[in-house]
Amino acid sequence: MIDWQASFSILAKEGVAVYILRGVAFSLVISVCAVVVSLLIGSVLALLRNYCSGPSRVFKWIATAYIELFRNTPLLFWIFICLVFCPVPGFFTHRMLGLTSVEVRVLFRAFVALVLFESSIMAEIIRGGLNSVAAGQFEAGHSQGFSTVQILRYIVLPQAYRAVVPTLLSQVISTIKDSSYLANVAVIELMSRVRQILATSNMYNGAGAQLVSDVFVLFGIAFIIYFVINFALSCAVRSLQHPRPRRTARPAQTAQTAQ
Amino acid sequence: MAELLSPEAWGKVWTYRGTFLMGFGNTLETAIFGLLLALALGIVFGLMATSGKKPLMAVARVYVEFFQNTPIVLQMCFLYYVLAFSGAKVSIILTGIVSLGIYTGAYMAEVVRAGIQAVPKGQFEAAASQGFGYVETMYYIIFPQSLKIILPPMVNQAVNLFKNTSCLYIVGGADLISLTYSFVTGATTGGAYAPAYLVCGALFFVVCFPLSTLASTWENNLKRRDRRSAAIVKQLETEVA
Repeated sequence: MIDWQASFSILAKEGVAVYILRGVAFSLVISVCAVVVSLLIGSVLALLRNYCSGPSRVFKWIATAYIELFRNTPLLFWIFICLVFCPVPGFFTHRMLGLTSVEVRVLFRAFVALVLFESSIMAEIIRGGLNSVAAGQFEAGHSQGFSTVQILRYIVLPQAYRAVVPTLLSQVISTIKDSSYLANVAVIELMSRVRQILATSNMYNGAGAQLVSDVFVLFGIAFIIYFVINFALSCAVRSLQHPRPRRTARPAQTAQTAQ
Repeated sequence: MAELLSPEAWGKVWTYRGTFLMGFGNTLETAIFGLLLALALGIVFGLMATSGKKPLMAVARVYVEFFQNTPIVLQMCFLYYVLAFSGAKVSIILTGIVSLGIYTGAYMAEVVRAGIQAVPKGQFEAAASQGFGYVETMYYIIFPQSLKIILPPMVNQAVNLFKNTSCLYIVGGADLISLTYSFVTGATTGGAYAPAYLVCGALFFVVCFPLSTLASTWENNLKRRDRRSAAIVKQLETEVA
């Protein structure tokens, strides 16, 4: 049942390593694209939920409903729904990137689900940033003759984004992890490709049967790849949250300590 | 989408309501036992991370980093296939409980650690100076103070755990999502997509929405109170000066 040599020989088989690496590339590209798109949608939702009042408060309700709906239901649920109901633009009905046209279509639909789901979480993160900006900033902006849009653009949003950079980065980690949910519906990204090889590992390991050590080797590789990517990101998050003390104290700080 | 208004499709869902209830029951069972396991692991590893003893802290760090930085789908699949390939008789729900418990436990451990570290160091020193042992210090002094910091993020993690039960699908699960999917694609039951997904989504929403709303309002209230008390302290300080 356990034959490490046979199991490791799977990785040396022609095409296996490339197959897995392509999965890694797909995982990363899917996650990065999902983060970028959902950051845009999430920002709009957060602004609508936070600042729409008066006659336009219907937008606030819509944004709130969207955020709460997607935040409180599982990602897989939306993947299944999009597989059935999501329309696919003509551009995504051809084969591309080494995927068949069926796979491209599934990928597009699952990607839409991922973006819908992540944007609700992004919206809440950005809202946290917006709420951390003091209300006085608005008053100060208005007193200087800025319009609300200008205040948001030049004063509030830059501060809000800067405040949530660590949280956004950890959401990138979550998105990379969440992209493995696509393994439920298609064989495109890392998780599904490893599982696909495992399903027919008896053809590769030369032992003629599936071995327990196959699971350890193949999933071990996947564990290592995910871990290296995400751990690097989480180290970045930590260094952003606790920056090393600067050698020269800033003037503002010295002034405070002098008091 | 048309079947959303078709009484036939709704009738089908109603006829097979047992399927949805069973799925909901399985999801609930997995989530509750998984949560208990996660709480136990979270407290143990959270205490280890704040113990100040290097080897214990290292073990807690490795546990947290490993499970937080790899996908739950992979972890659950791994556990399932290792058991299945070694010829063990595998209960899917039990696999789900164990893997979800361990995964969420890593998050719980971080929550507990942050909660304990938020208590000022002077409290530990004061307790030690009064002759409190470790258990007494934790139970009587630290724990009551960190509880309010710990609880809101814990509730959020419970919500995530509940949503993550959908991972069971990949190991052929019996949870709500899996049963809904096999219902809508089944040969005899298939077709009623919209009503079935609506029911499934509603069941998830009904559990998760109150919990996550509770957690966020709770957290906001705490933040507001902290800000207010900080302002009061500041005012007092300026008055004294």
